[in-house]
Amino acid sequence: MTALATGQPATVRATVRHTMGMPVSVHVRGPRPDGGPVTAAVERVFDWLAQVDRLFSPFRPDSEVCRLQRGDLGLVDADPLVREVARLCDRASARTGGAFTALLPGPGARTGFNPTGLVKGWAVQRAVDDLAAAPGLAGHDVLVNAGGDIAVRCGSVAATPWRIGIEDPRDRSTLLATISLRRGGVATSGTAARGRHILDPATGKPVRTDLVSATVTGPDLAWADVYATAAFVRGRAGAAWLATLPGYRGLLVTTHGSLIRVGQA
Amino acid sequence: MRRITTAVMATVTTLVLLLSYRTSLGQGATTSEPAAPEGTGSSGTGNGTVVTPGEPDSSEGSATGLTDGTFTGDAVSTRWGDVQVAITVSGGLITAADAVACPSGNRHDREINAYAVPVLNAEVVDAQSSAIDAVSGATVTSDGYIESLQSAIDAARA
Repeated sequence: MTALATGQPATVRATVRHTMGMPVSVHVRGPRPDGGPVTAAVERVFDWLAQVDRLFSPFRPDSEVCRLQRGDLGLVDADPLVREVARLCDRASARTGGAFTALLPGPGARTGFNPTGLVKGWAVQRAVDDLAAAPGLAGHDVLVNAGGDIAVRCGSVAATPWRIGIEDPRDRSTLLATISLRRGGVATSGTAARGRHILDPATGKPVRTDLVSATVTGPDLAWADVYATAAFVRGRAGAAWLATLPGYRGLLVTTHGSLIRVGQA
Repeated sequence: MRRITTAVMATVTTLVLLLSYRTSLGQGATTSEPAAPEGTGSSGTGNGTVVTPGEPDSSEGSATGLTDGTFTGDAVSTRWGDVQVAITVSGGLITAADAVACPSGNRHDREINAYAVPVLNAEVVDAQSSAIDAVSGATVTSDGYIESLQSAIDAARA
């Protein structure tokens, strides 16, 4: 058990559901993590993620993203959330020099709008922000882990930080490093879990990279997610680019087994 | 296979974490919420043990309060037989966790045990030395989650 800055005992409760095709763990730490208000707020996290899945899932034929890809829906008629994500994707592409892109080969090998590389981080960051601001959550610390992308917020600057381990992609039962975080996100892009699923925007094929994984941490999980994907695509040469992004730090694992730390540890 | 592994891992993980409290306090007391023990000095606002101030520390100068040696926990009945875990403490840290009683009999059970123990060893040694709350890695699918360290942490806090 940890003690809060006020000296009250704190307990932590985790709720796990499977949504968006992945396990999502919501941890709440504080004086009353089992109480009615917290339980209701945690339910709203899963409701939000279900809504995101209905709009954005590339595996649901009736999602707005799939309908956009097929040409059955125009972006101007899409849900405001979809349009917001599309704008973010444009900014992400600009900020990463094209290493991140939402224009990817889709059904029938046509290039179409696929924001999957940004949606998860964006959705989880929103979930954590809403959860931390919900009634009954004052004085509580929250963490959401969606399949390895993590966002956290603590209720006070004196709170015990959340400890986040970075999995070693070469041996997924051990950790490379741990990060202490009171507010922000950690995202990892790589091939260890799902194989060569990240496409190179230049070729449309699985990216040929000298990295096994790229982990990025910073104030906003949506951007950490984008930068992790972009860093992975760029390879070890991208470490210098990553260093130019204020507020974001990274850990890259190369195919030769070496670690590259970008930014202050 | 996976569900069995989950149950064995969750049971054994919980058991090992409870054991670590038992050995550090020299008492039968267990916490109601087996969070991973925090290393000392990790934060200024409190610590992760339940030792009350003034109680003598039973360790021999180790930072975590665990006494060196090998400790065997009580046998825990699982659907597939009894599982006992022995932990080895060296330099105040758990350096190994081994299942010492296999669920009896068939080849299937021996396969389960051979799979679960090596993964558990790494998890226990790494998780307890850094007391982590979450793991970031390449996206874990729902299938992969069951065998993941995150699932062991989540199960301990459910």
